[in-house]
Amino acid sequence: MSDAPAAQSPWQTVTIARIEKRTPRVTSFFLQPSRPFAYRAGQHVDVRLTAPDGYQARRSYSIASAPEAGETIELAIERLDDGEISPFFHDIAAVGDEVELRGPLGGHFVWSDSDGGPLLLVGGGSGVVPLMAMIRHRAARRSAVPVALVFSARVWDEVIFRDELIDVHDRRDGFDLVLALTREAARRPSDYSRRVDAAMMEQSMLRLPAPPRFAFVCGSNAFVSAAAQALIDAGVPANLIRTERYGV
Amino acid sequence: MVTRGFSSGRKPPTDADARIPPGQYLEQGFPVLSAGPTPRVRTEDWSFTLKHGPRPIKTWNWTEFNALPLTKMTRDIHCVTAWTKFDTAWQGVLVDDILADAGIEPPTAFTLALSFDGYTTNVPTQDLIAGKAMVALLYEGKPITPDHGGPARLLVPHLYFWKSAKWLNGLQFTERDEPGFWELRGYHIYGDPWREQRYTGDP
Ligand SMILES: Cc1cc2nc3c(=O)[nH]c(=O)nc-3n(C[C@H](O)[C@H](O)[C@H](O)COP(=O)(O)OP(=O)(O)OC[C@H]3O[C@@H](n4cnc5c(N)ncnc54)[C@H](O)[C@@H]3O)c2cc1C
Repeated sequence: MSDAPAAQSPWQTVTIARIEKRTPRVTSFFLQPSRPFAYRAGQHVDVRLTAPDGYQARRSYSIASAPEAGETIELAIERLDDGEISPFFHDIAAVGDEVELRGPLGGHFVWSDSDGGPLLLVGGGSGVVPLMAMIRHRAARRSAVPVALVFSARVWDEVIFRDELIDVHDRRDGFDLVLALTREAARRPSDYSRRVDAAMMEQSMLRLPAPPRFAFVCGSNAFVSAAAQALIDAGVPANLIRTERYGV
Repeated sequence: MVTRGFSSGRKPPTDADARIPPGQYLEQGFPVLSAGPTPRVRTEDWSFTLKHGPRPIKTWNWTEFNALPLTKMTRDIHCVTAWTKFDTAWQGVLVDDILADAGIEPPTAFTLALSFDGYTTNVPTQDLIAGKAMVALLYEGKPITPDHGGPARLLVPHLYFWKSAKWLNGLQFTERDEPGFWELRGYHIYGDPWREQRYTGDP
């Protein structure tokens, strides 16, 4: 009989393998785990930083990559100028650095192709991150589940994953991208230049062949409150709406 | 493991330190987290039911519930997403006073908090009584806003804040410790911030 394995710390050390600037304020960090890391689209991780005097700070970040993406986990972190952790990532973290990570976490804001659809995804700013994992998961699985993403950003250049989203949209295989730019004129025919509202939700749902089976809404608290209310006003039953609030 | 280039600029003063559980940071604002849209429950439609298993013991409407003794509780609260907020000031009805009004002793060792939106969370009954928990009606002297769980939310300040169920509409005594909404989705069955019981599998 062999000894039982020692209880593992839930934290693991991950190495920053690659850094890619996505928009002026959002940068992706590709983390290489030190032990196998299986997750579902929509889940998040906790990241922990430790100062020399032992002080630790942790924050949650959604996973942007699809579970099928391979070894590294992509986090897309928005810089909050007076924040503690996000400026560290933007200003200090470099390829080869190690941080600690725990997860995957969260069992509610998740979707896999076997859950079916149609799906209505609504993201504000960095709230698109877990929705991106779902869209990438759908693509990796070659799923035919119809998906509409309503993505609100201030301006065109702050649309995170813009080129990739437009590429997927242009495949015309059941994924529709609707951008809601709040501080700039719309550029694509399907887009809006205003904040999300009930009329926009109604029109976006018409892009789906049937009413959504699930709606996922993610972003700042203010965005999620407004978008969830818009969905309800557009007739989406509250019990189909799942939200992830970034708290601030 | 020390993180290269990370310094403890936000380290709280040591007197505050003793009040911040491991892995938490001090927050001045009051972030909002929940699994779905914010239900807007009108006080005319509000009711609160005490249950033993499926059997209702007593139901109060908003007026009746507000006639129960009001108690003030000022406590530090700890959210599992790692913020801690000091000295949050609540007023509401102690679970002890609800039980007294119903004329019962707690019938079982476990309780499920029930919410208007179908959310549930489990708390051992002994964590709810003896002045430890209340059904809060006021935050900083004003009605609790819908975002923060109004009209009424559970307040169990010594456990992670997801245990303080928003939009509360009942307490149900159960024979066994039955995991609630987040507890079924990877969060700890008890949730003591001082033992850092965040997720399933934490000691
Ligand atoms: C489930 C989940 C998933 C998330 N996913 C993502 C994601 O994919 N991408 C992403 O970018 N974010 C995500 N977040 C948000 C993320 O966890 C952090 O909240 C965010 O990065 C800000 O952290 P910070 O340390 O930089 O800022 P913090 O230091 O936490 O400050 C946040 C804001 O609060 C203010 N503030 C609070 N306390 C102080 C203080 N003492 N001093 C000064 N200012 C203060 C500041 O104005 C600042 O702008 C997610 C959150 C959750 C809960």
